[in-house]
Amino acid sequence: MTDISQTPGAAPAAKPKGGSLFEKDARTKRRNAAESRFKMYGVAAIGIGLLMLVVLVTNIVTAGTGAFQQTYLELNVELKADKLDKKGNRNIEDIKKVSTFGYAPLIASALETEVQELGIQTDLKPKAMGKILSKAAQAELRNYVIANPDEIGKTVSFRFLTNSRVDGYLKGRVTRESIANDKSITVEQLDFVDQLRDAGVLYKAFNPDFIFGSDASDQRPEAAGIGVSMLGSLFMMFVVLALALPIGVAASIYLEEFAPQNRLTDIIEVNISNLAAVPSIVFGILGLAVFINYMHLPTSAPLVGGLVLTLMTLPTIIISTRASLKAVPPSIRDAALGVGASKMQAVFHHVLPLAAPGILTGTIIGLAQALGETAPLLLIGMVGFIASNPPDGIVAGFLSPNSAMPAQIYEWSKRADPAFYERAWGGIIILLIFLVTMNTIAVLLRRRFERRW
Amino acid sequence: MNQMTSVERTVDSKNIKIAANNVQVHYGDTHAIKDVNVEIEDKTVTAFIGPSGCGKSTFLRCLNRMNDTIDICRVQGDILLDGEDIYDKRVDPVQLRAKVGMVFQKPNPFPKSIYDNVAYGPRIHGLAKNKAELDEIVEKSLRRGAIWDEVKDRLDAPGTGLSGGQQQRLCIARAVATEPEVLLMDEPCSALDPIATAQVEELIDDLRARYSVVIVTHSMQQAARVSQKTAFFHLGNLVEFGETGQIFTNPVDPRTESYITGRIG
Repeated sequence: MTDISQTPGAAPAAKPKGGSLFEKDARTKRRNAAESRFKMYGVAAIGIGLLMLVVLVTNIVTAGTGAFQQTYLELNVELKADKLDKKGNRNIEDIKKVSTFGYAPLIASALETEVQELGIQTDLKPKAMGKILSKAAQAELRNYVIANPDEIGKTVSFRFLTNSRVDGYLKGRVTRESIANDKSITVEQLDFVDQLRDAGVLYKAFNPDFIFGSDASDQRPEAAGIGVSMLGSLFMMFVVLALALPIGVAASIYLEEFAPQNRLTDIIEVNISNLAAVPSIVFGILGLAVFINYMHLPTSAPLVGGLVLTLMTLPTIIISTRASLKAVPPSIRDAALGVGASKMQAVFHHVLPLAAPGILTGTIIGLAQALGETAPLLLIGMVGFIASNPPDGIVAGFLSPNSAMPAQIYEWSKRADPAFYERAWGGIIILLIFLVTMNTIAVLLRRRFERRW
Repeated sequence: MNQMTSVERTVDSKNIKIAANNVQVHYGDTHAIKDVNVEIEDKTVTAFIGPSGCGKSTFLRCLNRMNDTIDICRVQGDILLDGEDIYDKRVDPVQLRAKVGMVFQKPNPFPKSIYDNVAYGPRIHGLAKNKAELDEIVEKSLRRGAIWDEVKDRLDAPGTGLSGGQQQRLCIARAVATEPEVLLMDEPCSALDPIATAQVEELIDDLRARYSVVIVTHSMQQAARVSQKTAFFHLGNLVEFGETGQIFTNPVDPRTESYITGRIG
């Protein structure tokens, strides 16, 4: 048909019928315009989403990183034996009898000595000087002495937490103007803080107690940490994993592979999907009614929290498990049945191993959801000031009152002192690190084991 | 290969392996198989032909009760394997399927090693006492599946990594590993290229020496090439059943003639 001798690109002898292909007709132009408009909308939507994510992350990071640093004052404290161990026999029970109150004079005199040695000129009375330290300082020193009774009689260099106002001053949150109506700190004390900072004994440093410590009362935000509630979350996750995974997987396998298709299973199926959409606070009130009021399990215990979160996570796990069982091609089941495997053998030898990555992914995502859940914990008493020390032992971990990470964050955000606000943001950073890690593991698992048939 | 040369083929044995009497199959409200009577002989290749949706695969799946896995499927009538009704209440379908093996339309090896694919059946039925015996069964089965020479050096490789034809022969080896008495094949070559098809057909002819083979096929040439007996299904009815040569050269029923000459289908 084509004339080879003709040079390529030469104009055709006659105009092509129905218009040239080189010119777009009106209809094509409209269609192309609509397409590029749609692409633009898509890009804009993604752009807005990304922008919000960036704003969110910067906001969290700027507001929260402060919580990982704390202002400390380093003092040389003489641990006077005549005050701390009057009998002089280093009996730990006797040492424990000295209350935190008994440590106050030691710290006061240490601060005075320090001021003299550094040659700091100040009009502040010793009592006012001591105010820059945290109310937790005496307890800190006492804990140290009880842990190291051999140090009694020596002079040790000790790092004390400072008051949250002083901490805020170093972080820029508190200024001389902002404390005009603040009774807990004066301009003179801030001058004194400046002098100590210039002398190098008062400084900001990384604060491991924020990550590993326990919550502290309203008066001592500088001493509060998320560590104990992290343990609370951990124990709850154990409960959720130990209950939701086997129950969820067993229910899914039965429904997907064995259950007859009838009205009853249809109803169960619809209700499982509906359960996934039930507000989590409903599970909370259910837990309160069943586990605490009826079964008399301890209030505020991670065991109860875990049980409630199990109820909440089950639908997620069942739905994702059923989806991954469905994704295993029926030909695999046929193959197994065809060589004479029983239904159970076909499921456990062939279907389940193929569905396992999907099941694990669903489980991890369900756990991550449960980890971030606050509302149901409100109702079973896991939100509030629960100043527990780290639980001693596994059983205590499940049964003694504790909080959870998101509940702790909520609790901090409610409190008046702005220093708690900073800690709430810091807690969010830690929680997000956990969630992102879990979701990343889920994605990696999915990638790694995706479709091997 | 295309010539219908099976006319002269003799049938070794006249033993009836499977006898179906008045078999009816319903899928919900659909009457899929209507009153089918057929006798399948031992050590013979029986081909089921017919247009799509005529019920030949459904009927094949009745023979090892694979239809049990479909909730809405109901089977009536008797299917006797060596004189025993396989739909009797006392029959465990799992035990039946060990006797009546099946090869499916799409090659469906397990996503495991070639060795494990073949060893799975013998393992779950306890056919081997130790590893050496199992090795022997695997080798024997792969040889019967005419694939041993191609895979003997890579038994640990995944079965899914083989080519389509090799996969199908692996599935045949897997099916024969449990020492079945009957081998059902549901369009075993429909996903294969002509060379792989030829290999599988050759294999089917070899298998006839040991098993009763029932093969569903869309290709009339294939039915003519590999089978001794042919059954023609149309709209759920068994229209004609007889010697392959007779069906293809001298059909009794006008519908059979129309189908094999390409007028319906």
